[in-house]
Amino acid sequence: MLNFVDWLASTSGSIALRESLYMYPWIESAHVLFIAIFFGTLLFVDLRLTGYGFKNLSISQMNSKILPLTIIGFILMITTGLLLFYALPIRNYHNLFFRIKLFLMLLAGLNAWHFHRTMNRQGKAWDKNSFIPFWMKASATISLVLWGLVIISGRMIAYNWFDCDKQPQSELVNFLISCTVDPEIYEYLNGI
Amino acid sequence: MESNQLLQIIYFLEDSYIGEYVRSSLWLFPVIQSFHLIGLGILGGAVVIGDFRLLGILMKTETTSYVIKVTKPWFNFGLSILILTGIPLFLSEAVKCYYSRAFWIKISCLLIGTIFVYFIRNPIVLSREENFLMKILGVLSFSIWVVTAASGRWIGFS
Repeated sequence: MLNFVDWLASTSGSIALRESLYMYPWIESAHVLFIAIFFGTLLFVDLRLTGYGFKNLSISQMNSKILPLTIIGFILMITTGLLLFYALPIRNYHNLFFRIKLFLMLLAGLNAWHFHRTMNRQGKAWDKNSFIPFWMKASATISLVLWGLVIISGRMIAYNWFDCDKQPQSELVNFLISCTVDPEIYEYLNGI
Repeated sequence: MESNQLLQIIYFLEDSYIGEYVRSSLWLFPVIQSFHLIGLGILGGAVVIGDFRLLGILMKTETTSYVIKVTKPWFNFGLSILILTGIPLFLSEAVKCYYSRAFWIKISCLLIGTIFVYFIRNPIVLSREENFLMKILGVLSFSIWVVTAASGRWIGFS
């Protein structure tokens, strides 16, 4: 994995992004705008599922009207996010918050997958009774909470309290960010 | 006001208790920033859905006034979070903001956008049937908020 990240960092595209004065801030600003589109539209989809917001629309109407925009926002957000990763692969690879963010995105993805699988089976009944099961409401809420945490951990990537070059770090932190250091560092830490 | 006096006020704000408090903490600034971003997400949803409806892109079967009515409380909520988190962020680096062009663009757009939404867009949309004017309102509102958010992000790069 580290070899791959090293190789990625050595590609000319990565070097160009890293060294350009304006590309990185432009991509970063676009990333923020796409987050707002993705998270903001998802908010209204999840609000409808929990019984708030656009109550005049059925759940399936709401999904068919808003989810396409959410997906467009998602694709653009991921694309700009990948470019940001591509600009600084090694730093992101060793970044604690980046790893937390990926883990939270995995959870959000599993939650979305489970939700949509259930909805495909039962969605018609939800529309007919204008009622969805408690666990599905919980899943909509969990989706918002997880994406909120993704935004928070994403913002934290820019801060480098736990970077490899900020030693001494505890053994746990170095383990979590795949950082190999001289073992003497821990003896020094235990000494304090 | 002379810019000299303005700068004095800016220094006073930077030295304020909240400004000092945020600066003295390693974690507070990024944490407040994170919630600022979540506020932006909430406002973003209300702006995108509201303005795209005005443009005739989404929810065409619902009336413009219904869509604005439903998104309005979330617009208010998002904007409140943004202002409440934005103030301590500003106080902690008021002098930097004073010298940042991005900051002044952002604040100008924020004022224009807020006045536009509360005093022009919403009253017109809520009191009238849909007409071609709504598309202009949608384009204006959406553009102002995009510039506000992007220039806000840019403060961090200057």
